[in-house]
Amino acid sequence: MMKKKLVMIGNGMAGVRAIEEILAANPDMFDITIFGAEKHPNYNRIMLSPVLAGDTTIEDIILNDEQWYADNDITLHLGKRVKEIQRGYKKVIAEDGTEAEYDNLIIATGSSPFIIPIPGHDKEGVMGFRDIDDCDTMLEAAKKYKKAAVIGGGLLGLEAAKGLMHLGMEATVIHDQATLMNMQLDSIAGEMLRDDLEAQGMNFKVSTLTTEVTGEERVSGLKFKDGSDLDCDLLVMAAGIRPNMALANDCGIYCNRGIVVNDYMQTVTDPAIYSVGECAEHRGIAYGLVAPLFEQAKVLAYQITGQGLKAYQGSVVSTKLKISGVDVFSAGDFMTTPGADVIELMDKVGGVYKKIVLEDDRIKGVVMFGDTADGPTFFQWLQDRKDVSELRSSLLFSASGLGDSGHSGIDQASAMDDDTIVCGCNGVTKKDVVDSIVKGGSTTRKEITACTKAAGSCGGCAGLIDQILASTLGSAFVESDHEPICGCTELNHEQVKEQIRNKKLTMVREVMSVLDWESEGCQVCRPAINYYIGMTWPEESDDDRTSRIANERMHANIQKDGTYSVIPRVYGGDTDADYLLRMGEVAKKYDIKTIKITGGQRIGLYGVKKEDLASVWSDLDMPCGYAYGKALRTVKTCVGSEWCRFGTQDSTSLGIHLEKQLDRIWFPAKVKLAVSGCPRNCAEATIKDVGIVGVDGGWEIHVGGNGGVHVVATELLCIVETGEEVEEIAKAYLQHYRETGRHNERCAPWQQRVGLESIKACVVDDLANRKALVERMHLYLATQESDPWQDRIKDEAKTETREFNEYRVINIKEIN
Amino acid sequence: MSGTWHFICKVDEIPRSGGRTVHAGDISVALFRLTDDTVKAIENRCPHKNGPLADGVLSGGDVLCPLHNWRVNLDSGEVAAPESGCVKRFAVKVEDGQIFLEL
Repeated sequence: MMKKKLVMIGNGMAGVRAIEEILAANPDMFDITIFGAEKHPNYNRIMLSPVLAGDTTIEDIILNDEQWYADNDITLHLGKRVKEIQRGYKKVIAEDGTEAEYDNLIIATGSSPFIIPIPGHDKEGVMGFRDIDDCDTMLEAAKKYKKAAVIGGGLLGLEAAKGLMHLGMEATVIHDQATLMNMQLDSIAGEMLRDDLEAQGMNFKVSTLTTEVTGEERVSGLKFKDGSDLDCDLLVMAAGIRPNMALANDCGIYCNRGIVVNDYMQTVTDPAIYSVGECAEHRGIAYGLVAPLFEQAKVLAYQITGQGLKAYQGSVVSTKLKISGVDVFSAGDFMTTPGADVIELMDKVGGVYKKIVLEDDRIKGVVMFGDTADGPTFFQWLQDRKDVSELRSSLLFSASGLGDSGHSGIDQASAMDDDTIVCGCNGVTKKDVVDSIVKGGSTTRKEITACTKAAGSCGGCAGLIDQILASTLGSAFVESDHEPICGCTELNHEQVKEQIRNKKLTMVREVMSVLDWESEGCQVCRPAINYYIGMTWPEESDDDRTSRIANERMHANIQKDGTYSVIPRVYGGDTDADYLLRMGEVAKKYDIKTIKITGGQRIGLYGVKKEDLASVWSDLDMPCGYAYGKALRTVKTCVGSEWCRFGTQDSTSLGIHLEKQLDRIWFPAKVKLAVSGCPRNCAEATIKDVGIVGVDGGWEIHVGGNGGVHVVATELLCIVETGEEVEEIAKAYLQHYRETGRHNERCAPWQQRVGLESIKACVVDDLANRKALVERMHLYLATQESDPWQDRIKDEAKTETREFNEYRVINIKEIN
Repeated sequence: MSGTWHFICKVDEIPRSGGRTVHAGDISVALFRLTDDTVKAIENRCPHKNGPLADGVLSGGDVLCPLHNWRVNLDSGEVAAPESGCVKRFAVKVEDGQIFLEL
């Protein structure tokens, strides 16, 4: 069968999407020829603003590279502008004389920025923002010029202004209305948006009409109707777009605001000729956003390949602004008329505003600022005309009605219906994404995008995709053992540990070179390797100080102003008068600003300068508290039977003993203990890594708890009679954690991962194994530095090991 | 940018992959010795919250700020995406195992 000839004028997002849909529907039906006026293959025009803002690059926004055209046998004429359509001969002619005959023609010429015809609009430096060339022009201009003006405070204008600011230009946005993005936002949201952008440094002139562009050859300023003026050397007009319809108009195809098409995207004049995208006018509307255009492309493909009738009914649109740090969402008709049914939430300080306009208990429009997470859900309900009367009272707090339980791992994605649109740009439903994971085998967002196109356009739904990925793959996603340590290697924690043991690797650099690291390591993998080496080969290896983060290198905790905190041990929280006096003297001598009783029953000195650290330690002459490291922090105790009238056990003594025994050990993450003298549990032992609770005639050993962000209560490991047994089992438990935990994994998640039963078997039931674990811990302890502070004081005396040395250059005359 | 070369210290005083702080008038400079013994100098002030970069962890040609792990390139002075920002760079040279800084 002879293939039909299909020609498309225009090589943009909507047109090429239509071609993709046609190829998907029937790959052998057409010989396809595409004319593109630009010299680039199809790229993601929506992402031009992020390119300008430096968030992505031109290469990354190419949607179909030239190989794609070749693979699909498409004849591509780049940089050739079509000058004429000869409907009688059914052919098109380009400016350079190239001709192509067609059986079907698609006009997808898009639109052009509207250049307001005021005096001076044709000066150099006045431009629209539409394509890669415009982007390049701005990048060039920013190197030479400093003051940019943008006419138009809509979506595109604001994104352009933000991009220019990123390039180092001052940007002023001139808007003829009082409200920014007045087509998409109400006045309150517009105001909040303006405040946010002003705080980012953008300037505004609203309710202002520009009357003249001044300057010689190049623009040098603007004059306004109110008599004021503004200096600028670059002017971007972002005052709307105009469909490119001259070509169609010239050959007698009926045009109004755009090229008029029917519900099947055929021009009303010539059924062989279709039009799609921003140049097409459907039921009086020429759409400028990508989602409706993709819908149109699908309908066109159905029609042209004879798959049956699927009419395009027009679209309700939603908008999202692509400026980092500013979340804005709107959809439908949200302008409030007197008597309208409106639910609003306003949090000025928190910068959150949400408004839903209802009609007959159904969402008619929505505007959101600051928190836009529920936007897609609301938009779906709007399109479905869902009755929301029962959700009214909680609607604005969370669309999914999760309330407080939202924190315990249930997320928005799992509460979504299958047919809810996740990616508005590409019309991808949750079910499409789930299918791509379950049936298509996708395990990363990249694969999902490749498979479904979700998150491939504006990228606003990337977070949602990740949530669906997590909830669909479930534990496989979270607990994936194949997750490498970091981007520097393909290996996971267990594999690296195994190699260190089997190959007897004792140096960080050695590990990275033997195991084919892809770089020189980073702040994630190097500390992990260093820990695994020290844990596996305590006698054979030396600590690699450069693989430790600042805190562990300095043996002090870096504070937000670059100074450090010094926190010595107070074993079991038990102190005395001499200790307190010395602490006070040192604090006075070094003019310590803050002396704080910490949460772990000890005393911290805050604001110590790096160069003072060694002398502060020396004057204190107290053991280092490891308050900065992945080590034992504190053993919190209550006063116990010595003083408390309820106390059944001497918790303080046991706490002091345990803290001394477990001191100077590096763990995968920080470790906190507590010992309570009776079941009233005043030391809060049941949210610690190891918590001991005294009972009549013995001790309960609780393990795997955590305070902090995710509170986890401990699980009961066992009950023993004596303090010696407590010590042995606590040591065995912690050594087992040291050997099988992953670097930076606290006890609680580790215990959840490996399971309490397996831990119990190793450290309680198997007596020989318990003894062996304790043995290994003692072996390790024997190799550890006496006290890191004392060791550092000695090191600082030697030039070659001075860590805290700061150099001074004097007699500086001038610094550039 | 031109100025005078100032002797700072011997290369061996800084461990490989280590950093040191140099105070010069009002300016604080972060000096690094890389694994191949080349020495780099940038402003000792992260564009994010003024963190002391000299105390950060080196990763290839970048340093990670000790406060919030912003990644700053030692050659370009640029902060890696998704953050943005830039620190000043200073010229350094090594002669006979001695480090000189141009200020």
